Amino acid sequence: MKRLLTLTSALVALVSSKAALAEYGLNMTQGVTDVSQDIYDLHMMVFWVCVVIGAVVFGVMIYSIFAHRKSAGHKAAHFHESTLVEFIWTGIPILILIGMAIPASKVLIDIETLDKADMTIKITGHQWKWQYDYPEEGIGFISSLSQSSKDAIDDREKGSVAKREALDAANDDYLLSVDNHLVIPVDTTIRFLITSNDVIHDWWVPALAVKQDANPGFINDSWAKVTEIGTYRGQCAELCGKDHGFMPIVVDVVSKADYATWVAEQQGVAAAAAEAATQQWSEDDLMAQGETLYNTNCAGCHMTDGSGGYGPAIKGSKIAIGDAAEHLNIVINGKNGMPAFKMLGDADLAAVITYERRAFGNTGSVVQPSDVTSAR
Amino acid sequence: MSYTAAHDDHHGPEKGLLRWVKTTNHKDIGSLYMWFAFTMLLVGGALAMGIRAELLQPGLQLMDPQFFNQLTTMHGLIMVFGAIMPAFVGLGNWLIPMMVGAPDMALPRMNNWSFWILPFAGGILMSTFFMDGGAPAFGWTFYAPLSTTFAPDSTDFFIFAVHLLGFSSIMGAINIIATVLNMRAPEMKMMDMPLFVWTWLITSFLLIGAMPVLAGAVTMMLTDRNFGTAFFDATGGGDPVMFQHIFWFFGHPEVYIMILPAFGVISHIIPTFARKPLFGYSSMVYATASIAFLSYIVWAHHMFLTGMPVAGELYFMYATMLIAVPTGVKVFNWVATMWKGSMTFETPMLWALSFVFLFTIGGFSGLMLGIAPADIQYHDTYFVVAHFHYVLVTGALWSIIAATFYWLPKWTGKMYNEKLSKFHFWWAMISVNVLFFPQHFLGLAGMPRRIPDYALQFADFNWISSIGAFGFGLSFILLTYIVIDCIRNGKPADARPWDSAKGLEWTLGSPAEYHSFNTPPSRAVILEESQHS
Repeated sequence: MKRLLTLTSALVALVSSKAALAEYGLNMTQGVTDVSQDIYDLHMMVFWVCVVIGAVVFGVMIYSIFAHRKSAGHKAAHFHESTLVEFIWTGIPILILIGMAIPASKVLIDIETLDKADMTIKITGHQWKWQYDYPEEGIGFISSLSQSSKDAIDDREKGSVAKREALDAANDDYLLSVDNHLVIPVDTTIRFLITSNDVIHDWWVPALAVKQDANPGFINDSWAKVTEIGTYRGQCAELCGKDHGFMPIVVDVVSKADYATWVAEQQGVAAAAAEAATQQWSEDDLMAQGETLYNTNCAGCHMTDGSGGYGPAIKGSKIAIGDAAEHLNIVINGKNGMPAFKMLGDADLAAVITYERRAFGNTGSVVQPSDVTSAR
Repeated sequence: MSYTAAHDDHHGPEKGLLRWVKTTNHKDIGSLYMWFAFTMLLVGGALAMGIRAELLQPGLQLMDPQFFNQLTTMHGLIMVFGAIMPAFVGLGNWLIPMMVGAPDMALPRMNNWSFWILPFAGGILMSTFFMDGGAPAFGWTFYAPLSTTFAPDSTDFFIFAVHLLGFSSIMGAINIIATVLNMRAPEMKMMDMPLFVWTWLITSFLLIGAMPVLAGAVTMMLTDRNFGTAFFDATGGGDPVMFQHIFWFFGHPEVYIMILPAFGVISHIIPTFARKPLFGYSSMVYATASIAFLSYIVWAHHMFLTGMPVAGELYFMYATMLIAVPTGVKVFNWVATMWKGSMTFETPMLWALSFVFLFTIGGFSGLMLGIAPADIQYHDTYFVVAHFHYVLVTGALWSIIAATFYWLPKWTGKMYNEKLSKFHFWWAMISVNVLFFPQHFLGLAGMPRRIPDYALQFADFNWISSIGAFGFGLSFILLTYIVIDCIRNGKPADARPWDSAKGLEWTLGSPAEYHSFNTPPSRAVILEESQHS
């Protein structure tokens, strides 16, 4: 009995210490929007209602198990029906449910009602990365899992100890970091238009309380007004194939001034890319840029050395060493399991296709941005 | 009379292994179903061990992500279609003729067929692991277009297997309806029937309503994949969300197909060991029927995030919350049955009591999931995984194990080892909670389901959960031993091994005669054995 007491008090101490709670992440986030706070409150209300009902029902059961035992000499009663009691325990739950449904409906209607957004961002899911477009600003980019996370996952040659160190080095960003962050201004109502290019994905950032399916061929919408500057992370929440677990989301919420600076910067980058696409590129430049793009976009299926895995081998592939038109077509438009990459810029596509045709000992032709432009 | 005697003589079990292939006897077929389900439970459990081994630590240790997806998909399919459903059909086969005072099932040859389809369907499903491109990897819910345009070639075999499983289920359901309605002892009124019979009768109607919808869904997938249709392909004018509507119109009744017979089982065990008649027999029947009706009109609560209009979300939220009412009535009735009883805690009672506790926890998380705005944060996380494992493992599976211990003496004529069984119970009970309870926290903290690797803040609870999983997995080796030990070495059991058990099955010998009732029981016996006498 004494030992049981010690154990119980140790458990209570563990559970009640705030530090332990924070470290283990026991509960839903309260988030950084009014909606996320409303949802958290709703969650806690229903949770406590369940706790109270559970305490009553389980309490009665446990009392009965102890008091109405045969070994304690209890004799069985014989009652087995009561219409009144049945009415009571049908009626009370209905009242409790109505009590829950009213606030739940209010929050739901609030979430689904958006009169006017300050800005719009289009989110497109791809196997297995996110594309963000700012239609009003003319910015768009792809956001993939960061190289540090990829390195940490894939270091299979190293022993498990070294691997654990690699994971720790990636810190709490492991699998939750990307190359290009989504950047949004604080205190601004943002409408997200969410769709997909291939299978169903789901764009989820818990702190924003935005989780919405990305359906191919259809556009869903959702919105958020973030009140705190910071970096918030999320993940794809709908099974979308092999690398479903490896397409995280990172949102940087910045001040409105910082946002304006960022937009100007990105517009500069976009202009430079458009300019680059009209140029004739040297093979070395194409290969250098192509390698980076290949490792980000293609290596997941075709492997870094082009030997193939989930997708066919690029090394020695008929398409990669054959006519460039077919190669362009497959990369731009996709085929079967191969997703379309038409969202990449002309220069980027030219670089990655050239890389596929000239690396791994392949001897295909060099592809220029202008070839991509005419192949679209 | 001499004819009857000679007739009975001829109808003992056939000698040799062919008995099991050719049998039309409800007890033989019941046993076949149970052993098949148990085998599939072990296979599906082995796949789950693979999943939990990969998730023991962050990083990819044992398998590539695509194989992980194959494991989660096949684990779900095998457990739902291979383990839980056949186990309940097995229980139904064994028990329903005995409980309604019939000699056998109404359609014995079809009974044989509906079982023997299963091993082939299961075999086809399992064989996909060895095909080019691997087994289906799109989750047991096989959402289009991941399961159509983007799926491995083995998907067509999966579709065929699902069709076969559907045939089997529908035939099983027809057989049970025909048996209950036509073969029931003439003196037994509907409201005299034990609850296991009632719950199975209602489940059969769910099966007949739901399985053809599933068949429709996979057939549309088949033509989308192979014959150029575009039911679920937006580029051809179709809609991937329509797949989800069709799937869940099957899928939601399906979850009640897996839990209503469990309610029946628990409604037999608790009165027996509380030595008190079941409280609120008729309200239990009405509650079961209400749940079955509601199960058809709540399907889109699985789809709150697909982009439904707000009116749809509100409706599906309200309808879903309503299910808590009849389910609550059931739990309250069980507690009232225990109240002022004279309880003992033999193994079946331990499983039944822990069913009430743990299934109720699953019910609470189900209510939370039904709150549409909160579902934004719960949806597709480990909170959902925890929820449906609490209702399906510590709900459905728990009741199957409880039923096995409760009726094992009747089936085998032998008593199991009580001490070892109690030890096994506590082992399974503790490990299953170590396995699934932390998954609530993982989900709330933001871990999506169906991922082979996770961010480091999820590492500790995943580790705990995996350790629980290995312990729980091992407990089934002990369960196998207990059952085989009972069959081989058990002490002979009385015809009524539980002193206050009610039901016509206990008026038969232990083991029960090959043909259950050659003459229907009289009104007096039926009343004496009814649950509300």
